[in-house]
Amino acid sequence: MLPTIKKTVNKLWSGVALTLLAALPALGLAAPQMNMTQGVTDISRDTYGLHMTIIWVCVAIAVIVYGVLVFSLIKYRKSKGAVPATFYHSTKAEIVWTLIPFIILIAMAIPATQVLTATYDTSDAKLDVLITGYQWRWQYRYLSGDGQEVVFFSNLSTPQEQIDNKAEKGEHYLLEVDEPLVIPVHTKVRFLLTAADVIHSWWVPAFAIKKDAIPGFVNEAWVNVNEPGIYRGQCAELCGQQHGFMPIVVKVVEQAEFDAWLAEKQAAAAAIAELTSREWTQEQLIAEGQTTYNTFCVACHQPTGLGLPPAFPALSGSPVATGPIEKHIDVVLHGRAGTAMAAYGALLNPIQLAGVITFERNALGSNRVGDMVTPAEILQAQQAAQ
Amino acid sequence: MATGHGHDDHHHGPAKGITRWLYTTNHKDIGTMYLVFSLAMFLLGGTFALVIRAELFQPGLQFVTPNFFNQMTTMHGLVMVFGAVMPAFVGLANWMIPMMIGAPDMALPRMNNWSFWILPFAFLMLSSTLFMDSGAPNFGWTFYAPLSTTYAPSSVTFFIFAVHMMGVSSIMGSINIIATIQNLRAPGMTYMKMPLFVWTWLITAYLLLAVMPVLAGVVTMMLFDIHFGTSFFSAAGGGDPVLFQHVFWFFGHPEVYIMILPAFGVVSEIVSTFSRKRLFGYDSMVYATSSIAFLSFIVWAHHMFTTGMPLAGELFFMYATMLIAVPTGVKVFNWIATMFKGSISFETPMLFAIAFVVLFTMGGFTGLMLAISPADFQYQDTYFVVAHFHYVLVPGAVFSIMAATYYWLPKWTGNMYDENLGRLHFWLSFIGINVLFFPQHFLGLAGMPRRIPDYALQFADFNMLSSIGAFIFGFSQLLFVFIVIKAARGGKKATAEVWDGSHGLEWTVPSPAPYHTFSTPPVIK
Ligand code: HEC
Ligand SMILES: [Cu+2]
Repeated sequence: MLPTIKKTVNKLWSGVALTLLAALPALGLAAPQMNMTQGVTDISRDTYGLHMTIIWVCVAIAVIVYGVLVFSLIKYRKSKGAVPATFYHSTKAEIVWTLIPFIILIAMAIPATQVLTATYDTSDAKLDVLITGYQWRWQYRYLSGDGQEVVFFSNLSTPQEQIDNKAEKGEHYLLEVDEPLVIPVHTKVRFLLTAADVIHSWWVPAFAIKKDAIPGFVNEAWVNVNEPGIYRGQCAELCGQQHGFMPIVVKVVEQAEFDAWLAEKQAAAAAIAELTSREWTQEQLIAEGQTTYNTFCVACHQPTGLGLPPAFPALSGSPVATGPIEKHIDVVLHGRAGTAMAAYGALLNPIQLAGVITFERNALGSNRVGDMVTPAEILQAQQAAQ
Repeated sequence: MATGHGHDDHHHGPAKGITRWLYTTNHKDIGTMYLVFSLAMFLLGGTFALVIRAELFQPGLQFVTPNFFNQMTTMHGLVMVFGAVMPAFVGLANWMIPMMIGAPDMALPRMNNWSFWILPFAFLMLSSTLFMDSGAPNFGWTFYAPLSTTYAPSSVTFFIFAVHMMGVSSIMGSINIIATIQNLRAPGMTYMKMPLFVWTWLITAYLLLAVMPVLAGVVTMMLFDIHFGTSFFSAAGGGDPVLFQHVFWFFGHPEVYIMILPAFGVVSEIVSTFSRKRLFGYDSMVYATSSIAFLSFIVWAHHMFTTGMPLAGELFFMYATMLIAVPTGVKVFNWIATMFKGSISFETPMLFAIAFVVLFTMGGFTGLMLAISPADFQYQDTYFVVAHFHYVLVPGAVFSIMAATYYWLPKWTGNMYDENLGRLHFWLSFIGINVLFFPQHFLGLAGMPRRIPDYALQFADFNMLSSIGAFIFGFSQLLFVFIVIKAARGGKKATAEVWDGSHGLEWTVPSPAPYHTFSTPPVIK
């Protein structure tokens, strides 16, 4: 019986929404989404059901309360000669309007408890993904399964020109990333959430999941998606200046497609691991580093290595880039807190890191130190720091 | 104590010039200063809000950087909560509580002076951060660690001291209000005869006394984390970022009732006056207020449903939060029962009070929705929450302050305000506020997070609408300033009763109220 009521109720609501929306084209506006999404998981549907039920409870109460209010405002106006009554209390009324809401609340609490309990049941997941929030990007690490570990960052891919209104905004403006999270459909996937710096919150409305990613904590959430597709969300906890620019994109695919994707990712990761452990010459590293420098560092430190002082210091001739190499590695891996110099240790792979450091010491500006650092050494430094 | 507290200059008027305001211990002068200060902060905080709404008028970054945007949201919240709403209610308390209970002044007049004069300096210090190299605080008015500690701009220290000063001011103010109400009531003014505004303020003052030290504690812990190497909130040092949220919201949740309970009092006075009928269910109003105050201490973690609390915690806070709907409902039903079979007229204070009942109830409905923890996962930190708390704070707290101003302005100034302009102000505000905040419900449900300077294209239409509402509402407040100044300078003379349905001691003294009232206590039948 309950589902049928829900259905009629939902139809009613769509009716109301539609009538409201019908007015919009007249104003030259496209109809925007106005209600919560039903989403693509059982939990998200249940959540939507709770949301609609409580809305209708509120509407019913509102009709009565506002009804009596409006009636009184019309009927008992002084200007129409209304004479005030003298009653000023009624224990019976007070009891009635304390008890009725109380009963309604209990009726509401029961289904809410059921749904909540279900969202907390993270057992028997087939796949575990560790999600780490960084200022201001998400990192996804696939934990289950054997073989090479797959881990990557997911960055906003909307071009800055669109944000600065210098280019036309694309369809998925601010809700697009370079590399989405990929998970299989019809599979229980468990997310473990944490953060590397401040608190973030991972939210995909279509899954009805919003869970804080907190440094030093590991939170859990789970999803079992019913329909393949691309689902978008955003960081939901203020996390600094780029908080509005760390979207989430999840690509849900068939199991076979997922397996193929994972295998490919594992192969690529294995290739990097293999490259990391192999022998490198200084020339090879400089060549590798040149590319990395031009992609990641050039904007601040400039092609000449002279930087833009005082905002961005010169690396050519700098005591760090020409002094003991440990200091240099440390700055690049961990950044300098409170300055524009970010920690690149998590953003670049060991080959890129070794390359860019060797390049900066031997081929940038006037620097000719003559030493080098290998990807394997970088890896060691990173493991030692953990 | 009550009678042993006379001054020598009882029958003199106020001192002349600036020293009147600097040295005054008169509750009416201090009330006026609180109210003027609050109005100034309301305009300042409103300006910050308009910067926010201007930036959000269209997608893309138009006017400000994301960092400055965050400074605006932070400063808007802090200034409105601590600078506009709270001082306004303290101002009303100063003016009205002694006159409502038949006391000659506040119980601790010199402390009263001090609690006011701390405030301008606190806000000067807070506002000065806008001009610092590091920029103003940018971590939201809820200042979650570690964003507000390890990752904060260096101006955070000024923010912490400003919060300490506001806290000291509030604590002294609340001690004063408690001392006044408990000791200086005229003979015969028993607790259950006190006007509801006095009752709600008494309870509010206790709430303030209980939670302002907690706020002071949490900012002090931040101060130590930032400057003295402790790790209360840093996981790396063995601390706990979630602890911050527990402590903050243990203050923060009662704080929202601190901002609404006095509003309940104001509205109860006004609804009864303009319905020309005694307030329905006075006793149950007192009990409901007390239960709300009690419940406000055990619901704090409903602000933290997404932090990953254990299931049992989640359930407890969900049930406790749902319970708040019961006493809140009782209040609304009582107001409506007061109007029912009354003889209602629609002067400006009544218009604002009716709008309060309607729109605060809207905020109550969305509050009930937010209590449902699984649904809250979808609402939390979206514009739905923004819409919810602005509905309870703006057409709630702020409308009640405006209602109170129109209601008592004739008593303060001796002149009637311009009724037509007052009604115009009401309708502009009413329309503005709904155009501003109603669409934000839709934005939140459709998935727009709060505190973002730029947004995806599907949110564009409602944001534009909301910004239009913001500018209508914002600029209508200049009309309010004009009306108040106009009434202060002259106008139709007010009688002592002012309103034909008025009741209570404050209406037995002449308008404007003399500098000293009730030097001899009135007799209450
Ligand atoms: C957003 C601008 C920016 C980018 C991009 C950037 N840096 Fe920096 N970098 C800085 C700033 C600013 C400093 C100075 C920090 C300070 O004040 O201590 C710095 C300092 C350094 C230093 C230490 C210099 C010294 O003498 O103290 C090194 C080495 C360095 N950067 C390497 C890199 C490398 C390698 C990259 C690319 C992977 C990079 N930087 C990208 C801004 C940047
Ligand atoms: Cu974030």
